[in-house]
Amino acid sequence: MITDSTYAIAKPVSRRRWLAASAGLVLGLATFAPAKAADDTIKVGVLHSLSGTMAISETTLKDTVLFLIDEQNKKGGVLGKKLEAVVVDPASNWPLFAEKARELITKDKVAVVFGCWTSVSRKSVLPVFKELNNILFYPVQYEGEESERNVFYTGAAPNQQAIPAVDYLAKDEKVKRWVLAGTDYVYPRTTNKILEAYLKSKGVAQEDIMINYTPFGHSDWQTIVADIKKFGSAGKKTAVVSTINGDANVPFYKELGNQGIKATDIPVVAFSVGEEELAGIDTKPLLGHLAAWNYFQSIKDPENEKFIKAWQAYTKNPKRVTNDPMEAHVIGFDMWVKAVEKVKSTDADKVIDALPGITAKNLTGGTSEMLPNHHITKPVFIGEIKPNGQFDVVWKTPGLVAGDAWSKELDGSKDLIGDWVGKKCGNYNTKTNKCGGQGS
Amino acid sequence: MLNYAVDRVRTIALAVLLLAAFAHSAFAAPFEDAVAKFANDEYSDTEEAIGALATSGNPLALPVISALQDGRLMADPDTKKVYITQPDGKSVDAATGAAVASVPASASVVRVNNKLRRVLAAAVGGLTLLSPDPAKRLQAAQSVFKTHDETMLPIIDGALAKETNKAVKAAFGEARAAILLYKPDATEVEKLEAVPIIKARGDQEALALLTGIPPDQPPAVASTIKSAMAAIQSNLALWSTVQNAWYGLSLGSVLLLAAIGLAITFGVMGVINMAHGEMVMIGAYTTFVVQETIRTRYPGLFDYSLLMAVPLAFIVAGAIGILIERSIIRFLYGRPLETLLATWGLSLVLQQAVRTMFGPTNREVGNPSWMSGAFEIGQITITYNRLWILCFTLAVFAILLAMLRYTSLGLEMRAVTQNRRMAASMGIATSRVDALTFGLGSGIAGIAGVALSQIDNVSPNLGQSYIIDSFMVVVFGGVGNLWGTLVGAFTLGIANKFLEPVFGAVLGKIAILVLIILFIQKRPRGLFALKGRAVEA
Repeated sequence: MITDSTYAIAKPVSRRRWLAASAGLVLGLATFAPAKAADDTIKVGVLHSLSGTMAISETTLKDTVLFLIDEQNKKGGVLGKKLEAVVVDPASNWPLFAEKARELITKDKVAVVFGCWTSVSRKSVLPVFKELNNILFYPVQYEGEESERNVFYTGAAPNQQAIPAVDYLAKDEKVKRWVLAGTDYVYPRTTNKILEAYLKSKGVAQEDIMINYTPFGHSDWQTIVADIKKFGSAGKKTAVVSTINGDANVPFYKELGNQGIKATDIPVVAFSVGEEELAGIDTKPLLGHLAAWNYFQSIKDPENEKFIKAWQAYTKNPKRVTNDPMEAHVIGFDMWVKAVEKVKSTDADKVIDALPGITAKNLTGGTSEMLPNHHITKPVFIGEIKPNGQFDVVWKTPGLVAGDAWSKELDGSKDLIGDWVGKKCGNYNTKTNKCGGQGS
Repeated sequence: MLNYAVDRVRTIALAVLLLAAFAHSAFAAPFEDAVAKFANDEYSDTEEAIGALATSGNPLALPVISALQDGRLMADPDTKKVYITQPDGKSVDAATGAAVASVPASASVVRVNNKLRRVLAAAVGGLTLLSPDPAKRLQAAQSVFKTHDETMLPIIDGALAKETNKAVKAAFGEARAAILLYKPDATEVEKLEAVPIIKARGDQEALALLTGIPPDQPPAVASTIKSAMAAIQSNLALWSTVQNAWYGLSLGSVLLLAAIGLAITFGVMGVINMAHGEMVMIGAYTTFVVQETIRTRYPGLFDYSLLMAVPLAFIVAGAIGILIERSIIRFLYGRPLETLLATWGLSLVLQQAVRTMFGPTNREVGNPSWMSGAFEIGQITITYNRLWILCFTLAVFAILLAMLRYTSLGLEMRAVTQNRRMAASMGIATSRVDALTFGLGSGIAGIAGVALSQIDNVSPNLGQSYIIDSFMVVVFGGVGNLWGTLVGAFTLGIANKFLEPVFGAVLGKIAILVLIILFIQKRPRGLFALKGRAVEA
């Protein structure tokens, strides 16, 4: 296709200059140059993707941490020192997460890091945090089966989100047939494994469970939605439990709406769809579909209203929404500040030992506590999607639910507990009374 | 499927019967009490109130229930007053029907959940079986078909005798058959007559209804039900093949739309353009900007927003394409590797630029009313947005083909791609043609973005998900041949949709890639290989 004459017009010098220019631009946009700081500040690392696939979810969390630091500094900082954010962009690139974490700890000497969204990014930075002994606050609901000394999990474990949601559907909606639909990676696969075991223990037959995985960013949902419709017409009440993640949700919900699947016939309960994700969809056809979270923006509570107001003022956007992982950062940040003030030091070992037992107000009117397994207590809410893209809470747990690091539903992990206070062990086997029992 | 709603419907049905026998006024006081319950903001109270309203026989009940269904019922928790906001913006007191000046600020919408929505649908069904509007009667009949509540039988029988509308009459007949099949004391003859009616309906709901029938039936009935189910199932299996074919066509049209611009820039010009996906994304964002402008300035024109976005997206993406060609790509002709790297870098720059301008989150692009919803042919559901995208893709393809064939620009493009030196010596400004060709390919990618904004996320990553598929289609179809792209896209789409039910979405996609690798081994130049001297150039 390429002819000699076009070859002749390409001038080597200008070509090189162009390449250098565009490469330079790319690099310039992808990395943030961390600012030099004075010694009288405490540095807080922010490790969230600001470009690439996950930027859609993680950018808000970066803003949240900056907002929290700003608020804390207005109150006079911590231990008489101002807090200083060090923001890096791991660009949705999992190995880069580890590199950037190392950079934050060794080069910028941060006292604590707030970051990560996907499980694979968390797994990628784990060895770095262990080796360099620093603290990571992880704010997203995840699949569990983990308890690390250097990590504090402020998002929901499966027993704080998935299991209560299924209970609600079985009890209040009398659901007998289940579609477990997810994106094909570790969080949906583990969650669905836990849910499948749980449903079977409740007497649901194998033929009443349909499990379906799709690739990341799947956009053609016609076949799967038709399959769900078919599966749902077997004369038993059917519901979809969705662990579909990220971008794939929009086309999925659009297809549901277009094929006329209403929430009154086949409700979909999602674990990864919140206010932020709904901002990009016309929500009218989704009326009544559900989501299970530990926080909704619509929850009426003075703490929540105060937070939303301050957040919208900080972002200068009166329509800016809040969501569950943001609340997790609010709780985690508060806990870290309290722990540092308790031990009067930012030394990682001291703060790690001080954190279990620390309590912090959550935004829904309760008080969450950091547990010895490094998970926290949280209330669980089920919300129905309203036409304005917010959620209407239709059910909540009577009290706070303690996060299980290891699922009680899986054979490989039901005897394990995480206890960093008494046993100093993340996977203590209560049957053999030994540390280092194997998870699945 | 809706067994839990049955109790509620029973009381409602009873009420409708009572309605004929008693005067309205006798129920006035309980009616007002029931309406006041909506102000308690408790789902259980709301459910009781709906039941009480449905049994009240009060003519004001239906407006209250439909207002609740549409989210137009407002309740003031302090005064326990309940108001209906009418679609025209005026308000009335729900308990008396009297007009009020305005709803107090402390009033909020009465909340409903899925369970209440079902109860509401059943209540409205019960109250509208005798409605003068045939569309409402049809809906009511369908809701009775789902609940198959035996207390409704006398009303259905009465309605059936009076009914003149053919479609509604059939729906009443189906509802009657459904009731009889679930009625424990229906005679064997009645049940045997009912089964063929359900069988004739033949869809998934009919199958669900037959599956749910309690097993303690007389042997003759049980065996007819079984054979009817088998017949419906085999019929549905046949239709599912048709459905897969339709899904394949629809996926093929999306692939074609995304690839058609690339067929020009890569296929005809030979530029490995990794930023092609970003042109699609720019088209989608143009649609977003157009819709935002229309929403804020001329809300009445919303349904035409896509039509306006098409030329604008073409111009915006085309202009950016020409800019890219003039400033980067023209220096790189003949160096495919450098082009690949430069355009890939460019795609990152464009993505980040859009992310900075519009933010990283998805942007909402609404569906105009003529692109929402679905209709049914036989047992398959065809959604309007997919149908329009298929038509639109074929139209774009036809226009592009005609342009290349019949316009002077098309002639010049073909001349330059076939033999650049000869074309230049005939007086064609080849570098201008290069720029225009690249602009055309980019512009068409922009148009694709308008259509894809209807089915996918409008986010900075939109283009990335289509770039691999686009290259796959162009290479498979044969580089440099538009017809090859057409056939390639539809072949891949249909193959994908027939593999997906068998292997699942993840393995299906891998299987397609493996098949393409094998195919390329056999025919390296794709389905429709160019022949002759052009190949050597």
